[in-house]
Amino acid sequence: MPMEKQKRDSFTEWCRSGEPFIWVNAAAVSLSAIAVVGLLILLAVRGFGHFWPADVMQATYTAPGESARVLIGERVQKESVPIEQLRSAGFDLDTDKGFLDRELIKLGNRDVTGADFSWILSDFLSDINYPEDIMVLERREWGNFYGYLRGVKEDGRTVTGAEQNPDVLREEFASRLDRALELHEKIEKIEKKDIGAINYRMEKLRLRERGLELDEGLSAEERSAKQTDIDAERAALDAEYRVYQDELAGLYQAINRDSIVAEEMSGRQVELRLAKIVRAFEPNAMDVLDKIWFYLAKFVEFLTDEPREANTEGGIFPAIFGTVIMVIIMSIIVTPFGVVAAVYLREYARQGLMNRIIRIAVNNLAGVPSIVYGVFGLGFFIYFLGSEIDQVFFPEALPAPTFGTPGLLWASLTLALLTLPVVIVATEEGLSRIPKALREGSLALGATKAETLWRVVLPMTSPAMMTGLILAVARAAGEVAPLMLVGVVKLAPTLPVNGNFPYFHLDQKFMHLGFHIYDVGFQSPNVEAARPLVYATALLLVVIIALLNLSAVALRNHLREKYKSLEL
Amino acid sequence: MSEPVFAGRTSRFAQWRKFKDKAAVAGITAGGSGVLMAILLIFFYLLYEIMPLFQSAHMEQAHQYGRVGSEAPTLYLAVEEQAEVGFRLAADGSYSFFRVADGSPVKEGRLALPADTEVTSFTIDSETSRIFAVGLSDGRMVIARHHYKISYPNDERLITPVIQYPYGREPIRLTEDALHKIALRDSDEAMVAIGYTAAGRIEARRWVKEEDFLSEEVTLAEETLNLPDIDIKPHTLLLGPTQDWLYVLSAKGQYRLIDIDEKEVTDAGVMFDNAQLTDARFLLGGVSLLISNSAGETAQWFNVNADGAIHLKKIRSFRSDDSGIATVGPEQRRKGFVTVNSEGQLDLYYSTSQRHLASEQLPSPVTQVAMAPRAETLLMETQGGDFLVWKIENEHPEVSWSVLWEKVWYESYPEPDYTWQSSASNNDFEPKYSFSPLAFGTLKAAFYAMVIAAPLAICGAIYTAYFMAPAMRRKVKPLIELMEALPTVILGFLAGLWLAPFIEKHLPAVFSIFIFLPVGVLLFAWFWNFIPMRYRKHVPDGWHPLIIAPVIIAIFALCVSMSAPVERLMFDGDMRAWMTAELGISFDQRNALVVGIAMGFAVIPTIFSIAEDAIFSVPKHLSYGSLALGATPWQTLVGVVMPTASPGIFSALMIGMGRAVGETMIVLMATGNTPVMDMNIFEGMRTLAANIAVEIGETEVDSSHYRVLFLAAFVLFMFTFVVNTVAEVVRQRLRNRYGNL
Repeated sequence: MPMEKQKRDSFTEWCRSGEPFIWVNAAAVSLSAIAVVGLLILLAVRGFGHFWPADVMQATYTAPGESARVLIGERVQKESVPIEQLRSAGFDLDTDKGFLDRELIKLGNRDVTGADFSWILSDFLSDINYPEDIMVLERREWGNFYGYLRGVKEDGRTVTGAEQNPDVLREEFASRLDRALELHEKIEKIEKKDIGAINYRMEKLRLRERGLELDEGLSAEERSAKQTDIDAERAALDAEYRVYQDELAGLYQAINRDSIVAEEMSGRQVELRLAKIVRAFEPNAMDVLDKIWFYLAKFVEFLTDEPREANTEGGIFPAIFGTVIMVIIMSIIVTPFGVVAAVYLREYARQGLMNRIIRIAVNNLAGVPSIVYGVFGLGFFIYFLGSEIDQVFFPEALPAPTFGTPGLLWASLTLALLTLPVVIVATEEGLSRIPKALREGSLALGATKAETLWRVVLPMTSPAMMTGLILAVARAAGEVAPLMLVGVVKLAPTLPVNGNFPYFHLDQKFMHLGFHIYDVGFQSPNVEAARPLVYATALLLVVIIALLNLSAVALRNHLREKYKSLEL
Repeated sequence: MSEPVFAGRTSRFAQWRKFKDKAAVAGITAGGSGVLMAILLIFFYLLYEIMPLFQSAHMEQAHQYGRVGSEAPTLYLAVEEQAEVGFRLAADGSYSFFRVADGSPVKEGRLALPADTEVTSFTIDSETSRIFAVGLSDGRMVIARHHYKISYPNDERLITPVIQYPYGREPIRLTEDALHKIALRDSDEAMVAIGYTAAGRIEARRWVKEEDFLSEEVTLAEETLNLPDIDIKPHTLLLGPTQDWLYVLSAKGQYRLIDIDEKEVTDAGVMFDNAQLTDARFLLGGVSLLISNSAGETAQWFNVNADGAIHLKKIRSFRSDDSGIATVGPEQRRKGFVTVNSEGQLDLYYSTSQRHLASEQLPSPVTQVAMAPRAETLLMETQGGDFLVWKIENEHPEVSWSVLWEKVWYESYPEPDYTWQSSASNNDFEPKYSFSPLAFGTLKAAFYAMVIAAPLAICGAIYTAYFMAPAMRRKVKPLIELMEALPTVILGFLAGLWLAPFIEKHLPAVFSIFIFLPVGVLLFAWFWNFIPMRYRKHVPDGWHPLIIAPVIIAIFALCVSMSAPVERLMFDGDMRAWMTAELGISFDQRNALVVGIAMGFAVIPTIFSIAEDAIFSVPKHLSYGSLALGATPWQTLVGVVMPTASPGIFSALMIGMGRAVGETMIVLMATGNTPVMDMNIFEGMRTLAANIAVEIGETEVDSSHYRVLFLAAFVLFMFTFVVNTVAEVVRQRLRNRYGNL
C-alpha cells in the first residue's frame, strides 16, 4: 500500500519538522491574548451597560399551579435551563421541550415584595407590553420603585389626582421633586459639612480639656484661664449648633410636606414621600437621545456622588478620592528611596558580594506576598510605631488611638514598601541605558561624581524614574490585600482631606476602589443588586491602571528612542 | 571611576564640592543599604512577634506564709479573678477569705451546717460558677458559692468576698445515709447531684428548674434518678457539665462510665496498672479528665465515639519523672494545668500542644493547688499547712510543632486530625491551630494555578521569543504586561461572581474544552499543512497566533453551545448532581478549578516575561550556528536554545510559584475558604494568605491567635524568600554564562 505509507511518512515528517509544536506554542500565545481581551470586553460590556435606562416591561405571569399576577420590572438576564433541573427545583411542568427559558426580572419595590429580583419562566409570560407611563423611582432606601404615578399630595391632602391630565400630574410631580431635591441638598450640607465641622471642633475641645487635665506642670491660674477659654468656645459652638438644629428642623418639615401616590404592580396604591426620592423617569417614553443624556447623567453621578444603600447604589467618589490620595502620599515616600537605592546599586556599589546581596534583597522585596506587607504594616507601623506616637504626641486622646489604628499614613507607607522594588528596577534600567561616554565626559571636564550624577545622569534618567513611579502607582492602585489590614474601610464618614483644620488627616481611614469591589461584590447583603455597580467600578479601576501602564510603556519607548541616537 | 583631580589651589569652593561629593557617597550608600535593612526589618519584626509562641513559661515563688483559718484539713482552695483574695474551706465547715499576698484574713466564718452533722465530702460545680457543695453525714448537702463583689470607693478597687446560698441556707436532702462522695452540676435548666453513700450505693437526684413566666420565680421539681449499682469503690465521682456522663473512678484505676439519661454503664475498664489514683479533675470545659497516679503519670482521657459506641479513651499522657503525682491544678480559661508530685516538684503543662512548659522545685510537697482564673497566680498548701504563692508567666502555651504540623487528637473528635479552627463562640473552646490544612490549601491552589499557567506561559514565551514576527511581538508584549498589571481583586471578583457560576452551569463545556482545544489546534495545524503553498505563502512567518485565534474561539463557542444538550443527553440534565451521585465527587461552586484558572491567569504574565527574556537573550550566534549546520528552527530550539535558557525558565517557574503561593484576593474571593484537606479539584480550600486576611482583623493584639497569624505570614515570607533567592541566584549565574558565551 504505497499510498498509506506515503501518508504516514508525511505525518512523521510533519511531526519531526516541529510544525505541530510551533502551532501549539502559537495557540498558547493566542489563548493568553484572547483571555486578556475577553476579560476586558466582558468588563466593558457589563460595566458600561449599567447606566443605560432599560425598558420596563409589564406582563401577566401565570406560573403552573399559581394564579395569574401582573409583573412590572426590567428584564435583566435570560438563560435556557434543562427541564430536569427545573423539575428537580419543584416546578410541575407538563411539556415535551428539553429546555425552557428562564428570565431574571428586576421587580424593585423591595419594601413591598421583599426581594428586588425574581426568576421566572418565559413560557408563562403573556400580554407583554411596555406602557409609556410606567415610572421608575430611584429612592434613598429600599431600591428602585416601579409603578404608575396616580396623584400628588401636600400635607396629606391630594393636590393633583389621577383624574387630571397625566401631563399636568407629571409636571406637578417634577416641579415638587425639584424642590425636594434642593431641600435635600441643603440638609446634606448642614448635616455633613456644618454640623460635622462643629462636631469635629467639639471633639478637639474635649481633647484640649483632657490635655489640660494631664498637664501637671500647669499652675492653677493658668489652668482655670484655659478652662474658661474652653468653656467659652464650647458655649459658642453649642449656640451655633442650636442654630443649625433649628434650621434643620425647618428644612425637614419642608421636605416632608409632599408625597405622591403610586400604583405598584399588584394594583395597590402606596404613598411615597418625595424626601426619599432621588430621581424619577419613564424609560419607555424616552427616545435614544433622552437615554444618552440620562446615561451621561448617571455616569457623572457614579463618578462624583457618594454611595447610597450600603454602597450598592449611587457613586463611588470617596473611593476614587481615597485611592488617589493614598497613591500620592505613597509616591512622595517611595520615589526618593527607590531612586537612591537604584543609584547606589548602579553607580556607587562595588560589583561584589554586597551588591549581589542587595540585589537579592530587592528581588525578595518584590516577591514577598502582599499580605505579608499588610501583616508587617499592621504589627510594626500601627501597633508598634503608631502606639508609640500616640503615647508621646496624643496622650489626651488615649485610650482611643490616633495613629495606633489603621489609617491613611500607614497604608501609604506599607504600599511604599511594597512598590519600592518596582521603582528601583525601573530606575536602574534607566541608569544602565545612559551611555558611559556622557558620564566620562562630565568627569573629564572636572565635575565631581555627585555633580555628574545630579546634573547629567539623573536628569537623563527622569523618564525612567517616571516609568517606575507610574508602574508603582498602578500596582498600588490595584493592591487590596494589605490595605484591608492597614487602613481601608467600607464606608468612611468623611474624606481624608476636608474643611476641618488641619484639612489633611493622615490618621483617618479611607475608602479604596479595589476594596470597594471586594466589599460590595462579596460582603454586600444584596449582591444581585450591587453586581452592575461592581462591574462598573472594576471597569473604572482597569481603565485607570491600563492607562497608567500604557503611559509607562510609552515613556519607556520614548526613552529608548532618545538614547539610541546617543549610543552611536 | 577615578577621583577628579583639583588642580593647584584648594579653594573653599573646591572643598565644598569635595564635601558634597563625600556626602552624596554616604547618603546614597545609606539609601542603598536601606533596601537591605527593609527586608531585614520585615524578617526580624515577624520573628520578634512570633518568638513568644515558642518560649517556655516561667514560674517563681512570690510569697510564703503560715496557716490560714482552722486546724482542720483543707477541703478546697481558690483564688478570685484579680488574684488578690484567696478562699479556703476546711473540713470542719469553717471558711476563710484572706489576702493572697500575705495571708491576712479578710473575712472568716462557718458554713450554715445543721447541728449534729459533719462534713463527709466536698465537690465543686465548676471553677467559673464558683458553686460548691458539701455532703453531710446525714445524707443532706449544703450548696454554697464563694463570690466577690467589686466596688470602687475613692477610685480604688475594693473586693468584698461573700458566701452565698443560691438554693437557700437549708440543706437539701440527697439520701438518708452519710455521703462519702458527692458530685454536683448546676445549669440553667436543671441541677443534678450524685452521691456515694456509706451503704455503698450511688444515689442521684435531679432538680429541674421551672421558671414562672410572669413572676420569673424559679421552682425546683425534684426527681430521683435510679442509676445502676456499681461494683467498684469510688475514689472520685465526676459529673460532666452537660449532666449526661458520670465518671466513677476507683483508687486502683478502674473506671465506670455511666450514661445518666440511659441509666446504664456505657463503658468500664482500667486506666492503669500497679499504681494508685491520686487525683482526677476536669480540664476546662469538662470534656477531658486529667487522671494522675502514684507512678508519676498524668493522663488526659475523654469520651470517644468509635463505631457507634462511646468509650473513655486515653489521649495523651504527661510525665516528668517517676515520683507519684500528688495533685493537679487545671487552668480556668485554657486547657493547661499544673501538677505537683510527691517530692514537691511543680510542673506546668498544656494539653493540646502536649508541651511541658516549666518545672520548678517547691520548698516542700503540697496537698492542695489552686490556679487563679487568669492563670498567673498559683496558691498551694503544703503538707505542714503553710501557704505558697507562685507567680506564673505563661502567655502562649497553645502552640508547638506538633500542633502546627501533626495530627492532634482534639476533644470530642473521633480520631486525631489536622484542623484549623481558631475561634468559637464559647469560652471553653479548644483552639485548633493546625497549619497543615492551610499549607495544603496553599499548595493545592498554587498547584492548580501552575498546571494551567506553566504550559501556557512557557509555550507562549517560546513562541514569542523565538518564532514571532517582530511587529507582532511589539503588540503582544504590552498586552501581557497589561495582564500582569490587572489587579487581582478584579480577577478574584470575576472568578467568584462570573466564572464560578459559569463553570457550574457549563460543566460539560469545561471538560470538552480541556480535551478538544489541544486536539482541535493540532487538527487545524495538520490541515494547514495541506493548504497549497501558493495560498500559504501569503501569510508571513511568525503570525501563527493570529491564524489560530479564530479556531480557538470557534472551539470555545462550540463547546459552550453544546454544553447544555450534552448535559441533557448524558448526565440527566444536571452534570453537577450526576457527578455527586454517580462518581461521589462533591462539588463546591467556588472550587480549586476556578481558583486555578483565575490565579493561573494572574501568574501567566510573571512566568511569561521572565521565561521570554531568558529565551530571547540566548546569544544569537548559537542559534545561527545550529541553523547553519542544517538544523530546522525547531531542532535548534530544542537542541540549542532551550538547554541554554532552561535555568531562566526554571527561575521563571519558581517566581511564578512564589506569586501563586502568596496570592490573597483571588483565593479569598474565588473559594469558600473552608480549611479542608482534599485534593478534589471541585472543592475549595483555605490558604495561609487568605486565612490571614480573614482572621487578623478579629484577633486581639498580642494574643496567641494573633501571633499564630504572624507565624503564618512568616511561613509565607520564608517560603517566598527561599524560592526567590534560588531563582535570583540561578538568574545571576545565567547572566554570567551568557556573558561568557
